[in-house]
Amino acid sequence: MNKTYYGKLIFELSTPGCIGYSLPENKWCKHKLTDLPEHLLRAEDTILPEVDELSVVRHYTNMSNNNFGVDTGFYPLGSCTMKYNPKINEEMAALPGFVALHPHQPVATSQGALALYYNVQKSLSEIAGLHEFTLNPFAGAHGELTGLMVIRRYHEKRGDVKRTKIIVPDSAHGTNPASAAVCGLQIVEVKSTPDGTVDVEDLKPLLGDDIAGMMMTNPNTLGIFEKKIPEIARLVHECGGLMYYDGANLNPMLGVCRPGDMGFDVMHINLHKTFSTPHGGGGPGSGPVGVRKGLEEYLPNPQVKLKQDGTYALEYNPESLGAVSAFLGNYGVVIRAYAYLLTLGKENVPLAGKLSVLNANYIKECLKGYYKLPIDGLCKHEFVFDGLREEYGGDHHDAGHVTTLDVAKRLLDYGFHAPTIYFPLLFHEAMMIEPTETESKKTLDEFIEVMKKIAIEARDQREMLKTAPHDTPVRRLDDVKAVKEPKFTYKTL
Amino acid sequence: MKTENGKLTRRFPFSHFRFHIVKPMKYFPHTANDLQEMLKVVGVGSLEELYSEIPEELIFNKELNLPSAMSEIEVRRVIGQLAQENKPLVSFAGAGVYDHYTPSVVPYIASRSEFSTSYTPYQAEISQGTLQYIFEYQTMMADLTGMDISNASMYDGSTATAEAMMMCVAAAKKRNKVLISETFNPAVMRVVETYAKYHGVDLVKVGAKDGVTDMQALHALLEGDDVAGVLVAQPNYYGIIEDFSGLAEKCHAHKALLAINTMASALGVLKSPGEWGADIACGEAQSLGIPTCYGGPYIGYLCTTNALIRKMPGRLVGATTDVDGKRCFVLTMQAREQHIRREKATSNICTAQGFMCLYVASYLALMGKKGLHEVNEISYGGAHELKERLLGIEGFAEAYLGQPFLNEFTLRYSGNIDALQGYLCQKGFIAGVKAEGKADEMIFAVTEQRSAEEMDRFLCAIAEGVKESINQ
Repeated sequence: MNKTYYGKLIFELSTPGCIGYSLPENKWCKHKLTDLPEHLLRAEDTILPEVDELSVVRHYTNMSNNNFGVDTGFYPLGSCTMKYNPKINEEMAALPGFVALHPHQPVATSQGALALYYNVQKSLSEIAGLHEFTLNPFAGAHGELTGLMVIRRYHEKRGDVKRTKIIVPDSAHGTNPASAAVCGLQIVEVKSTPDGTVDVEDLKPLLGDDIAGMMMTNPNTLGIFEKKIPEIARLVHECGGLMYYDGANLNPMLGVCRPGDMGFDVMHINLHKTFSTPHGGGGPGSGPVGVRKGLEEYLPNPQVKLKQDGTYALEYNPESLGAVSAFLGNYGVVIRAYAYLLTLGKENVPLAGKLSVLNANYIKECLKGYYKLPIDGLCKHEFVFDGLREEYGGDHHDAGHVTTLDVAKRLLDYGFHAPTIYFPLLFHEAMMIEPTETESKKTLDEFIEVMKKIAIEARDQREMLKTAPHDTPVRRLDDVKAVKEPKFTYKTL
Repeated sequence: MKTENGKLTRRFPFSHFRFHIVKPMKYFPHTANDLQEMLKVVGVGSLEELYSEIPEELIFNKELNLPSAMSEIEVRRVIGQLAQENKPLVSFAGAGVYDHYTPSVVPYIASRSEFSTSYTPYQAEISQGTLQYIFEYQTMMADLTGMDISNASMYDGSTATAEAMMMCVAAAKKRNKVLISETFNPAVMRVVETYAKYHGVDLVKVGAKDGVTDMQALHALLEGDDVAGVLVAQPNYYGIIEDFSGLAEKCHAHKALLAINTMASALGVLKSPGEWGADIACGEAQSLGIPTCYGGPYIGYLCTTNALIRKMPGRLVGATTDVDGKRCFVLTMQAREQHIRREKATSNICTAQGFMCLYVASYLALMGKKGLHEVNEISYGGAHELKERLLGIEGFAEAYLGQPFLNEFTLRYSGNIDALQGYLCQKGFIAGVKAEGKADEMIFAVTEQRSAEEMDRFLCAIAEGVKESINQ
C-alpha cells in the first residue's frame, strides 16, 4: 500500500474534448435519437467526465494503491472470513464460455453453466448435511431473508398462519433481526448465559404456537460452539418451529460437524466467506440456501434440476416461495466457489476448518496475557477480546483508558487490517479476531508481536495510540462532520 | 471441559498426533513443525481435539462425498470443459439484460486485487480507494437519475425495485398499498411480488393499454388516498418509452411517492426520473458495461431525494476531513443500518455489490458524456433499422404501432416462436425473447456491439427460419 494519499476524484481530471473510448462508426444513422418527441428526452447535461484512457487507468491505479486487501496483508476481520482468494477462481470465472452467456439463452445452449450450478448445489448439500440448495440469493443477508421465506412458506402450506415470531439470540449478527423484519416476522430475543451461549432456561418460556422458528449461528458470534444445540433444536421442533442456521460461521465446521446433523432445517452459506470468493470491497457475494428434505419445493424459482435424460433444466415450481432474483443469482461468484471446491477436494475441505480453528486458538493463547479474554476455553474460527487488560491501559474506570478503537487504529500503522470492533454487543470493547486457515504461523507470529507491542505502547505511550494511525494515507477521520454536513456527491463538495 | 486449574482436559493423549495431512496444500501454509508448535501452545494433542467440546454424536466421522482434490491443470480442464458446453450466441435479445461494450480497461482495473480482495471499508484510513470509487459511483448515479443522492448499490435491478417499494411504505408510515405497472419486466415483477407478500405490502397491479401503463386506471386507484407509492418502468418490458407527464404531480397530490425504474444506460439520453419529478429512482445498471455473465453479478441502483435519505437502505459514502484537514471519504449515516439498528433498520442489506460500483464508475469515466450518448445513438439506430427490416419479413407485424422506443421493441409473430428461436440458436443467434404472457410477441434489442454484417446475417437466418417454421 502506498502511504501517500492520492485523493483526486475523476471529475477533477475532466478536460472538455477528451475521450477514453472508441466505438465503431454508426452505420444506422438515418434513425436519430432526436426523432423522439422532445419531452421524452433528457434536458439536463450529465456530470460524466471527459478523460483520456491513460488518465483513467492511472486514476484508478493510484486509488488502488491507497487500499488494503487480503493480497496486501493480514486481514483478521472477525465474522468475515477473509481467507485468501485464489487466482485460478478468477481465471475460471472469466472464461468467455460463461461471461458471454445471456440469461435468456435457451437451456440447450447453456448446459455447461447449469451443470456447474447443479454440481455446486450438490456439493453444498453434502457439506451442510441438507437435502437441497438454491444458489439464487445474492448475499448472506439475502440468503437469510430467503431462508426465512422458506420457513414462512412451510407454515403457510400447513395452514398454520399464527406463527409470526422468530427467536434470535442477543449475540446474533445484526442481519438476523433485520432480515426477519423484512420478512414480516416479529423478533423475540433470547439471552446468553455468562459463558456466551444461548440460555436454554430463558428460551423455554418463549416457545409456543406463535413461533415460526429460531435463528442461530454455531459456533456463535463469540466463536463458541453451542453445545446444547441438540436440546435447543428438539425444543424448537417440539413447539412446531424450524431451526435456521446462519452460515456466516460455517468455516470451522467444514467436514467436522454439519448443520443438518445438528438439527437445522434451513441455512445459508456465504460463498464469499467459506468458499474463498473475493469480498470485492463489499459484494458481490453469494448466499446459497439449503433445506432439509420436505422443504425443497419451497426454494425460490427458478430451480435448476437434473432431468432423467441427463440434461439440466430451469423449473418454475408453483409451490415455491416465489423469486428472489431475476435470474440465477450472482452466477460469476458460483463459478469461483466451484473452482475452490475442486481445488480443495474431499481431502482438504475438512482441513480448512480445522486449521482455521488452530490459527484462532493460537492467537488467543498468545495474547490473552495482554488483552481481556472474557470467555476462556477452546474457541472455533474466531474469538473476542474485551479490550486491553487493565494493566495495559484498558481500565474502564480510568476516563482516558485506551479503547479498542485506539488499538484498531494503531494496528493500521503496523500494516495489518484491524479486527472487527464493537461487535458482538455483549461486551463494551469487543475486538473480534478471525485469522482463517490461509495464514501462516509466521504471519500470525508477526501479528502477535505487534499486538503485544501495542499493549505496551498503551501502557507507556497512551497518546501515541489516542492519535493513531500516524502512517496511513489519511489519518483519523471526522465521522461526526460526515453526518452533520452530509456530502454524498461531487456536486455538493 | 475445563479442570479446576484452568487447563484443558484432553480426550486424546498427546502422543496421539492425527494430523491427517497426507499431502501439502498450496492454500495451507502450515508445516508439520508449525502444527506441532501451535498445538502445544494451544494445549491440545491433535487438530481433532480442538473440537473436543462438541458432543460426539454431532461429529461427522465419514469422508465427504466430494471429488478428490485437483491440481490447477485439472481444474482448468474440468471447468474449461463446462465452459465449452455452453454456446455463446450473437445477441439480439434484451429483456432487462443488454450486450453492451465493455472497454478493456474496465476488467483490467477491476482485476487489481487491492480493490477486489478488500471488504466493506470499515477502516477508512486504509480504504480510500474503495470509498473514492463508491463516492464517484454515487455522484454519477445521482446525476444520471436526476436525484440528490445514490446509495452504494443494491444486489440487482429487481431487488432494488423491491427495496424502493418497501421505502415507499416506510416513508408513508400508515399506508401499506403500492401500485405497480403491469408493463414491468416479469422477472423484476416476480421478485417485487415475493418481497411484497412476505413484507406485508398490498401490491396492486395497474393494467396496460397499448403496451403502456393505463394512466386512467392508475389515477383512479390514487383517488382512494391510501397509496404509499407508485412503481413504473422506463423503457418498459416491451421497450416502449412511456410518457409520465403529470404523473408525479398526481402522485404527490395524493401523498404517494413515485418510483421510476429505468434501464441505466438509457438515463444518458431519456428524460431522467428527477426530471419526471420522481421521489425514487431504481433499476438495473448491468447495461453500464457489465457482461451478461448468465445473469450475474450485476448491480442495482437506488437513488432518492434528500428528504428521504433516512428511509434509504444500504451503505452511503460521505465526504469529510481527517485530523490534518485532508478531504477524504467515509461510510456514514450508519444509524439506518442493520449492524446498528438490527430489526429497526431500513433494510437487512449490507454492502451489496461494492465491486460492481467500480465497474460502473470506471465504465462511465471512460465513456464520459459523449460515449454514453453515442452508445444510445447507435443502439437506437440499430433497433429502428432492425424493426423496419423485420416488418418486411412474412409473419412479423406491429404489436404497438406508433409507440416510441429506444434500443428495444416488440413485434407480433404469427408463426411458431419456439421453433423460430430453436432454428436461430442453431445459426448462432439469440433471437428476441418471447414476451411472457403473450402467445405471439417477441422482444428484440440491438446494441452498439452488433455490426451491420451481423444484422444482415441475422435477418437472413430469420427469413429462412420463418420458412422452416411455417413448413413445420
